[in-house]
Amino acid sequence: MAVLEVTGLTVELPPSADRPYAVEDITLHVNAGEILCIVGESGSGKSVTAFSVMGLADKRALTPVAGTITLEGEDLLTASDQRLRKLRGEKMAMIFQEPMTALNPVLRVGDQIGEMLEIHTDLSASARKAKVIEAMRDVSLPDPEKMYRSYPHQLSGGQRQRIMIAMALTLEPQLLIADEPTTALDVTTQAQILKLIKDIQRRKGMGVMFITHDFGVVAEIADRVAVMKHGRIVEQGTVAEVLGAPKDPYTQKLIAAVPSMTPPERPEAQGSVALQTQALVKTYGQQGLFGSGRVVRAAQEVDLTVRRGETLGIVGESGSGKSTVARCVMRLIDPTSGAILIDGENIASLREGQLRPHRRDIQIVFQDPYRSLNPRRTVGQSIIEGPVNFGLAVPEAKARAAELMKVVGLSSDALERFPHQFSGGQRQRICIARALAMEPAILIADEAVSALDVSVQAQVLDLLDDVRERFDLAMLFITHDLRVAAQICDRIMVMNKGEVVETGHTAQVYADPQHAYTRALLAAAPGTGPGT
Amino acid sequence: MTRYITMRVLSTIPVMVLVALFVFLMLRLAPGDPASVIAGDYATAEDVARIREQLGLSDPIVVQFLRWVGALIQGDLGTSIFSGKPVTELIGQRIEPTILLALTTIIFAVVVAVPLGTIAAFRAGSLLDRVVMLFSVSGFSVPVFVLGYILIYTFSMSLKILPVQGYKSPLVEGFGPFLYHITLPTVTLSVIFIALIARMTRASVIEVLEEDYIRTARAKGQSELTILMRHALRNAAVPVVTVIGIGIALLIGGVVVTESVFNIPGLGRLVLDAVLARDYPIIQGLILFFSFIYIFINLMIDLSYTLLDPRIRY
Amino acid sequence: MTDATLPAAPAETSKDISLIRHALRNRGVFWGGVVLLLIAAFAIVGPFFVADPTALNPINRLKPPGSAGLFGTDMLGRDVYSRVVNGAQISLVVGLSVAVIAVALGLFLGLIAGYIRLMDALIMRLMDGLMSIPAILLAIALISLSGATLATVVVAIVIPEIPRVVRLVRSVVLTVREEPYVEAAISAGTKVPTILMRHVLPNTIAPLIVQATYICGSAMLTESILGFLGAGIPPEIPSWGNIMSEGRTFFQLTPWIIFFPGVCLALTVLAVNVVGDGLRDTLDPRIAKAMR
Repeated sequence: MAVLEVTGLTVELPPSADRPYAVEDITLHVNAGEILCIVGESGSGKSVTAFSVMGLADKRALTPVAGTITLEGEDLLTASDQRLRKLRGEKMAMIFQEPMTALNPVLRVGDQIGEMLEIHTDLSASARKAKVIEAMRDVSLPDPEKMYRSYPHQLSGGQRQRIMIAMALTLEPQLLIADEPTTALDVTTQAQILKLIKDIQRRKGMGVMFITHDFGVVAEIADRVAVMKHGRIVEQGTVAEVLGAPKDPYTQKLIAAVPSMTPPERPEAQGSVALQTQALVKTYGQQGLFGSGRVVRAAQEVDLTVRRGETLGIVGESGSGKSTVARCVMRLIDPTSGAILIDGENIASLREGQLRPHRRDIQIVFQDPYRSLNPRRTVGQSIIEGPVNFGLAVPEAKARAAELMKVVGLSSDALERFPHQFSGGQRQRICIARALAMEPAILIADEAVSALDVSVQAQVLDLLDDVRERFDLAMLFITHDLRVAAQICDRIMVMNKGEVVETGHTAQVYADPQHAYTRALLAAAPGTGPGT
Repeated sequence: MTRYITMRVLSTIPVMVLVALFVFLMLRLAPGDPASVIAGDYATAEDVARIREQLGLSDPIVVQFLRWVGALIQGDLGTSIFSGKPVTELIGQRIEPTILLALTTIIFAVVVAVPLGTIAAFRAGSLLDRVVMLFSVSGFSVPVFVLGYILIYTFSMSLKILPVQGYKSPLVEGFGPFLYHITLPTVTLSVIFIALIARMTRASVIEVLEEDYIRTARAKGQSELTILMRHALRNAAVPVVTVIGIGIALLIGGVVVTESVFNIPGLGRLVLDAVLARDYPIIQGLILFFSFIYIFINLMIDLSYTLLDPRIRY
Repeated sequence: MTDATLPAAPAETSKDISLIRHALRNRGVFWGGVVLLLIAAFAIVGPFFVADPTALNPINRLKPPGSAGLFGTDMLGRDVYSRVVNGAQISLVVGLSVAVIAVALGLFLGLIAGYIRLMDALIMRLMDGLMSIPAILLAIALISLSGATLATVVVAIVIPEIPRVVRLVRSVVLTVREEPYVEAAISAGTKVPTILMRHVLPNTIAPLIVQATYICGSAMLTESILGFLGAGIPPEIPSWGNIMSEGRTFFQLTPWIIFFPGVCLALTVLAVNVVGDGLRDTLDPRIAKAMR
């Protein structure tokens, strides 16, 4: 029986938006005891659908103009605010992407769960507390009596999301809406939270509407799938149908763009050693004036070697130290000790003036395409900045920039435009062109495709691999995403809590991981379980 | 925690030393010889020399500074040139009206401004919100003494319901007369403060209402009013408390003017009299005194953050 | 659309011109600006058309508005209207010069504090010290020490305004220097002064313009307070503060001597502040989002 039925829902956007409707003619349903995944790229309207069901969509910007939403037969679009408030929490509940910001930082987590009972029940304070602790135990939080009194910032990301789940499920609602609940979490934590949601859903027979952009997650958790594109549902069916035999070309393209966990055959790199680090250490904080200063070992004794024409991947979760290594190598931060050898010369402790000649040999592409380019300068100005610093005349630098635009697949009139006129993927191409303009020997890609939608991600990955080969670059590829790493890296280095736990050829590491942490990481990658 | 408090308390020392140095240098290095200024236009060279000696102005400047700081540490703010009384004693005689006026103003301003700002934020864009914002921008634009005279003209001269000027001590004349006389000065001085706090409260509450945890509270089915009271206000508190602390400087300046308008015998009047008489030790002592009060209040405010926001732990 | 196709949007020629146009579309900026322009025109042209503001006329002392001159006369029989018109010039000059000087000095110190770590602690402690001295007292002391002239009044008002500008600029610099595009410029071998001028400075302009308007308003108020307390511009100059200061003695008899300049001052400062709020909303979207 359907818990939730959405029929022909159309939600209008304000006139200033780039399209008339946020979602158009959406028809879907969620049965009791099943998980419906709504999958789509950014801007597909999947979140608007979820918020419209909850009645939490911004009423000034988003107006439903057609269709119905019914929860257990009750029309939600015509329900009063008061009625909707009662339904929220009792019959439908929601968990969000970012558990840190979704919890009130100044209230104890136990009280925040208890608020649900305070709003919807007449239980006494002590009865509420007992129920909260039971709910916390239900989501496998350790020592609930003690954690009841914690504040959100004292918990880990996974624990916070468990608190959110406990909160949502206290009153045993018939429908749970999960909006990208694992996107902000590390891959091992993500695997645990996915398992928890699935277990509880089976146990309580709830209907779950699960919003995600990640086909790996879909494979992991969905019973049925709806694929959205530009506000419309393009395909809907059971997980086996949609993932196994997608009918819509867009779905086919999306699924094809998901990188495989199986590394392709790659020839052994034979180039000369371009970059080497020896016992690289970065520690933050030091003994304070009054002792007891906390010291964080962000990177410990890191040894790495990258040859020309080769890609070395550094893989790890947040806080593993992978970006610290990249930033040390770039000398954007000063390493605490150890050597960084570029063409045999140690740059680890050179002062800025001595360092400058070496800067051109090593370039970086950052994660966030929206902050990597100065919004006030044209693309051309950004690209020629480096070469002109090193004495190239402006006309020649411009000519080189125009060449590079072709290399990265953009037209050369892009040089006269400002960054805001480009999409995220295009900006990442511009950043790659900017790096190449310096004619570097080494290119660092620091989560360079992580902020991109999956279809764009595949194109930028291809571009990176292409320029690596074409310019015989040594590439250091920093990522948290094992699928991406599998596709582009010749060798990978796995880091955990500042330490390198394993290094080896990609195919070898994926096939036969030696370290327990590597095994845990590979096992946690979504979509590697049964059903894929 | 204790470590943070200790560090924060200790960190006020360099600031206080700097302020002392500023005030000292300002008076010593300013163009014009204090001795001849004090001696007046008709003094002889001997008079000036005698005053120089008396003030220790012939010693090297470092010696003068150290001697002055040494005295400061013992709580000696110097001696008035004309009355010959210690500055601390003069402050003691005049402090009551100033402290009470400052207190009534802060209390009145917070009690009016915080609800005003909160309601404006809650109904952002409404007519009420616009009225509050208009009041707030006007509050910043009217000089405090003009406002004082407008209020005197309206309530004392036209309506004749409040006294024109003066001050009655609650300890001597009783609480009723005190309130009767302190009402207009308090309202006068409060306006700019209300404008400041209401504006910050509104901005802060509006920002907090956009936060994800407010959406979470809505997803729980919580009512808008409870969301405002329980989730928004406490999160919005830190910037509001900060602006109250910064506003203390504004308040001190306003006290001087307000005391002058309403003829209140407080520290503000003491400063102005000292300026007219060129009694530099009093000016120096009072500036230091007010600065230290400002530093102390802002120290207290910094420490209060740990109560308002559990994330702030050092 | 494939990722590599370009958007059809035309290239922008100048961001700055469109920024000004954008700001003028704000009602506050427009109407506040109109009022300010009128006041400024009055201040510049007005003095040529009114009686000598210092001319004494002992027979016509303390006359109410209308009977002698538009705004009446003061205790020396001087025409209050012509004094107020002349005073407008002083107020605007003080407001503008304080805003320009305070912003220039604050920008310089703020850039240094934000980008050169060694100087940061020193400059910021100095600013903390300066901030904890009540502005009006500091100004009174400075003026009484160095003698009251227009220049010393401006300097005395500028000094306490500097710390806030420094803090603002420093906070912008600290945020911007973490931006990946600045790190990209470092990686491209751009030198520190160029990074400051090319990538950091432009980000401070919008918040500084907003801050400058607020400083301008508050400087005009401070000037009048100093004049009122008898510690400002020399009494022979008819600044609004001085006119009101002289009006105090006979306030109960002749309240207009305080009200007319008071209302003019409040109107001017209000116009400045309204422009400031409007500019903040349009130029500084970060704060505007919260303050709208």
